[in-house]
Amino acid sequence: MKIYFDNIATTMVHPDVYKYMLPFLSDNYGNPESLHFFGDESRTIIESSRISVAQLINAEPEDIIFTSSGTEANNLAIKGVAEARLSIGKHLITSSIEHFSVLHPYKRLEKLGYEATYLPVDRFGLVNPDDVRKALRKDTILVSIMHANNEIGTIQPIEEISKVIKENSKAYFHTDAVQSVGYLNVDINEMGVDLLSISAHKFYGPKGVGALYVRKGTKMLPLIEGGVQENGRRAGIHNVPGIAGMGKAAEILKDKRKEWVTHLISLRDPLVKGITNLVEKVYFTGHPQQRLPGHLSLCVEFIEGESMLMLLSTKGIAAASGSTCTSRALKASHVLTALGLPAEIIQGSLVLSLSPDNQYSEIEYFLKIFPEVVNRLRNMSPLYTKYLKEKGV
Amino acid sequence: MSPYSEKVMEHFLNPKNVGVIDSPDGVGEVGNPVCGDMMTFYITVKNDYLDDIKFQTFGCGAAIAVSSMVSEMAKGKTLEEALTITNKQVAEELGGLPQNKMHCSNLGADALHKAIEDYQRKRLAESTPFIKSKIEEKRVEKEEGCACPYCDAAMSGVIPYCKSCGASIGVCPECGEVTRFDSESCLKCGAKFTKK
Repeated sequence: MKIYFDNIATTMVHPDVYKYMLPFLSDNYGNPESLHFFGDESRTIIESSRISVAQLINAEPEDIIFTSSGTEANNLAIKGVAEARLSIGKHLITSSIEHFSVLHPYKRLEKLGYEATYLPVDRFGLVNPDDVRKALRKDTILVSIMHANNEIGTIQPIEEISKVIKENSKAYFHTDAVQSVGYLNVDINEMGVDLLSISAHKFYGPKGVGALYVRKGTKMLPLIEGGVQENGRRAGIHNVPGIAGMGKAAEILKDKRKEWVTHLISLRDPLVKGITNLVEKVYFTGHPQQRLPGHLSLCVEFIEGESMLMLLSTKGIAAASGSTCTSRALKASHVLTALGLPAEIIQGSLVLSLSPDNQYSEIEYFLKIFPEVVNRLRNMSPLYTKYLKEKGV
Repeated sequence: MSPYSEKVMEHFLNPKNVGVIDSPDGVGEVGNPVCGDMMTFYITVKNDYLDDIKFQTFGCGAAIAVSSMVSEMAKGKTLEEALTITNKQVAEELGGLPQNKMHCSNLGADALHKAIEDYQRKRLAESTPFIKSKIEEKRVEKEEGCACPYCDAAMSGVIPYCKSCGASIGVCPECGEVTRFDSESCLKCGAKFTKK
C-alpha cells in the first residue's frame, strides 16, 4: 500500500496536464521570442496559459508574471517592491509564520537598511488585523501576509487585513497564496491584494513554474534582468512545457475545485475523529474551522516527528513534520514556535495533507497503522515512561 | 526519504535492548526533549562486567539507532572497555551518520558512560584513575569536528559564515553548539547572542 498524505510538499501531476505538456518537450521546442513559426507555437501556448492562470484568480492576463516557483514569486514581490519604493520608505511588515521565501528576503532587506516588523499570531496561528493597523507607519511600503499556512493550515483574514492597510496607509499588500490556491476561492479583487504568488506544483501542475500577480500601477523592479520576457519584469527564457502545464492545471482546478473540496472535507473529518478517539495526548494545531480543507496538523506528545515519519513510511504512508530533527538545519518549526507551543511538544509534530485522489479506505488504513506507530515509539520513550509513572500506571 | 545507512535503518526498525531495568546499578541520561533527542541508559554490573543494558530514547531515527548500537557494542564488556567506546566509533559501526546528526543524535556513548559514572559514583572507592582519565578524554573528543547544518561541509573554529554554502552560522559561546546567528538566541541552550 502506498498512501500519499504530503500534498503540502507537492501534489502529483494530473494525467491531463502531463499529456498537455508532452509536445513542448518534443516537437514544439521553439524559443517563444523567435519570430518564426516555431516561436509562434511556444508564444501561443504561453499566452493561453496566462489567460487560464489569470481566470483562476480573477485577474487580467497582462498582470500575470510567470516565474520559476512560488519562492521566486515571493522574492520578486518583496525585493522588487522594496527597491522600487525606496524613495517612499523603508518599512516592511509581515507575520512570524510566513514561508522562508518571504522571511529570508525580509531578513536580507533588514541587512540592507530596511526596517521590518514581524507580527505575532494567536494560538491558532491567526494574524490580528488590529496588529497590522498598529504596525503601519507613514513609511510602510509593503505588507506581506500569507493566505494559508502550510504547516498548520490556518487561513488568514486577508480581506480584513487589506481593508486596514488601504484605509491607513499607502503600503502595497502582497499575499503568498501558494498553499491556498488549490483549495480556496482566490480572487485578487475580493481579497484586495496588489501582489499574489502561486505555484503550479501545489495544484496538480508541474514543478519549476510559478506566477506572480501584480496589480496595474504597482511599482516593482525585476530580480532577473537581461531579457525582454514578461515585458522585462522577469528575464530568462520561459519554461514553456512548465507554463503549458500550469495553464492546463489552472483550467482543471477552476472546473473541479468545489467537488474536490467537498471530498477532502469528507475524508479529513473522520481522520480527525479517528485520531482523537484512538490516541491520547494529541494536540491539533492551527485553526479548527478557518483552515485548508484537506489539511490536518497535530503534535503527538512523548515522541519525535522524524522517527514517526520513518515508521509511517515503512508502512507505506507519506507524511510531513515540523520537528527539529526533520529539518536539515535542526531547528524547530518557526510556525509551531510562534503558536506558543512548548519545544518538546513541537518535536512530535505531524502534518497530513490530503489530495482529491485519496480514498476513504486509505483513511481507514492510516487509522489502523497510526496508533501502532505511536505506541511503538512511546514504548521506547523515557518521557512516556515518566508520564505513566506520574499517572500511577 | 531516508538519509540513513542500511545499518542505521536496521537498528532503527529493530532496536535491541529497549526498555527499563527496575533496580539498575547505574542510570545515565543525556540530551533533553527541547533539542529533540533524549536518551536514558540503565545498566547492571557483575564483577566489573556490564551484565545487562537497557535504554529508552526519545528522538529521531539516528538517536534510536545509536542507542541500540551502543547497547550491543557494550554488552558483556568490562566497565573499562565500555568506557573506551566513543561516539565516533558508534557512528562508524552504523556505517556513518549524516553530518548534521553527529552533534545532537550521536550521544549514545555519552549516555552509557554516564550510567557507568553513576555506578562508579555509588562505589567511589573502587573508581580507578584510568576511568577518570577516560571521562576527560571523551570531553575533548566531543569538541572537535563541527559541520554546517545547511550543507554538511566541515567547519573549524568560530566563523560567521559557512565557507561552503554561506549560511550564517557559528558556535554558541555559551554551550559550544553549532547554531544560527540570525536567530537571537542559541537554539541549544537558549543563551542570548550579543548583536555585533
